[in-house]
Amino acid sequence: MVRVLLPLPVVLPLFTAALSILVARHQKVQRAMSVLTLLAVLASAGMLLHIADTDGTAVVQLGGWAAPAGISLVADRLSALLLLVSSAVLLAVLLYAIGQGVADGRRSTLAVFHPCYLVLAAGISMAFLTGDLFNLFVAFEVMLVASYVLLTLDGGKAQVRAGMTYVVVSLLSSTLFVTVVGFVYAATGTVNLADAADRMADLPAGVRLALGLTLLVVFGIKAAIFPLFSWLPDSYPTAPSPVTAVFAGLLTKVGVYAIIRTQTLLFPGDEAIAAVLLVLAVLTMVVGILGALVQDDLKRLLSFTIVSHIGYMLLGLGLYSAAGLAGAILYTVHHIVVQTTLFLVAGLMERREGTSSIARGGGLQRVAPLLGVLYLLPALSLAGIPPLSGFLAKLGLMQAGLADGGALAATAVGAAVLTSLLTLYAMGRVWSEVFWGPVAEVVPDADATDRIDVGTERTPRLMLGATVLAVIGGLAITLIAGPLYALSARAADDLVDRSTYVDAVLVAEEDR
Amino acid sequence: MTGNLTLALTIGVLYTVGTYLLLQRTLTRVVIGLGLLAHGANLLLLQAGGPAGGVPFSTKDGGGTVGVDGGTADPLPQAMVLTAIVITFGVTAFLLALAYRSWVLTGEDEVQDDVEDRRVARLSHEHHEAPRPVRPEDEL
Repeated sequence: MVRVLLPLPVVLPLFTAALSILVARHQKVQRAMSVLTLLAVLASAGMLLHIADTDGTAVVQLGGWAAPAGISLVADRLSALLLLVSSAVLLAVLLYAIGQGVADGRRSTLAVFHPCYLVLAAGISMAFLTGDLFNLFVAFEVMLVASYVLLTLDGGKAQVRAGMTYVVVSLLSSTLFVTVVGFVYAATGTVNLADAADRMADLPAGVRLALGLTLLVVFGIKAAIFPLFSWLPDSYPTAPSPVTAVFAGLLTKVGVYAIIRTQTLLFPGDEAIAAVLLVLAVLTMVVGILGALVQDDLKRLLSFTIVSHIGYMLLGLGLYSAAGLAGAILYTVHHIVVQTTLFLVAGLMERREGTSSIARGGGLQRVAPLLGVLYLLPALSLAGIPPLSGFLAKLGLMQAGLADGGALAATAVGAAVLTSLLTLYAMGRVWSEVFWGPVAEVVPDADATDRIDVGTERTPRLMLGATVLAVIGGLAITLIAGPLYALSARAADDLVDRSTYVDAVLVAEEDR
Repeated sequence: MTGNLTLALTIGVLYTVGTYLLLQRTLTRVVIGLGLLAHGANLLLLQAGGPAGGVPFSTKDGGGTVGVDGGTADPLPQAMVLTAIVITFGVTAFLLALAYRSWVLTGEDEVQDDVEDRRVARLSHEHHEAPRPVRPEDEL
């Protein structure tokens, strides 16, 4: 059962992507294929989470080669949970994109959209499921190559300029990744994460610290932590809304997942790295949100909030306690859903107003009250207003931070509170400029990124439906926060007690 | 583990030149720089696999331990390098296409300024160009 279920989220989207290119002329077939594939991935992710939570970590050795030599796919509680959330988000954004595509009728680019989107889904699934450092590199590349194409889909001036920055920065971090893989192989003689976790303990402390910090830089670029984030607010906003939404929700979180996985498994409780992580968490939170405060473009503003809130996840990891990690996991789940939702709503607002400039908007609340509700719920959740999911996740992190007792942890908690307040201010500024005030006249933006019928009453039902679905998903996290936090805590316990993961991968099935 | 000095020096040179080219403003140089960096990284991965072994299918002294004289070389890093080469090749091709598209659209081969940079530059420019506010002592 597991042998089929575990590779499915990777293999199925890749296979359908190939088929999807073949039927590029039949858009309805393409759409149906994409939706069905992601539904299947969602179902298998759900079953994997159930298996990982009840029967323990699920492992498949690809091609029948035993662990250290072959490639292992591993689904423990953390990866299965993130896989489930990400496939749900991918599905919601796909529906939104289909709605927008149907309304705008851009045939040529849409033919490429579906295959690329499926490859992106496969890359994200593989990054979550792999138990091998080099395979993680391949997963990142699969995901990034698809994202390069999606980002530059329109091929306009702005997209090419942003794409250039994005591709060069990503390629540099990939080269650095290959370098680190070489270092790890030279030092330990393995790239299997579980095997390396065992052997890493025998290395001299200096070598271990160097490897840990270099891996942090590699994944820090992908996760957009301070000071490696400047490419993000510059490139994300130029893509079409659904593409930005899925990048914002998922790509940086894959980087965060990779940081959590490698740091907890390979360099457990290294005090120097933990201190570095806490300092970076504070700087990422504060610098990110200060950037968001001065932006006029809604999408750029939201991009800066991504950067800022990555800091919360680092804070949880830097504490390196079960409670801190549980908070970080819950925060990641919450942030994936809420940030994606906000970008989807921003797309709808831009469609209505003809611009994503905050200053040029106004009075939207009178024209489109539903949009107001859809914006306000995730925005307040992002800022951490009780009883929404952001509040619960932040509460978990802050309690863990204060329980730590250290001065650095206390400072980080203070910075987290400050960032929450500033987020509320940034979100409130959007509300008062765009939704309140006199109704602004719709002037189509000269360089609108979506090439859409701006300022029309016509919002396709599917786009609106997908956004409502995403908002409800965010509210659902609040409702099931109790069981979800318990699950995060169990996942965090697995991370702290590494033997669960290592034994599952290295001890052959018949010996267990 | 013993290393190969020539290989180590080559890797060093590739990283140095690659980094230098990456810092240039011309897109073509950036692309070439990334290519050199990737070559350096691939060689480093190869070097990580230890010394080269004997011929894989040799009748004379087949067998032996991996990496030891007479035995075969460690195949794992070579497999990884092959994968990395293919990936770099694909991405570099895409980057070249993007650079060409940029040249078609803007007519120049230079990296455009960051949006934020331009905004800051404009602000500071306006600040300097603006006439100095009239102070009370000026009127005396």
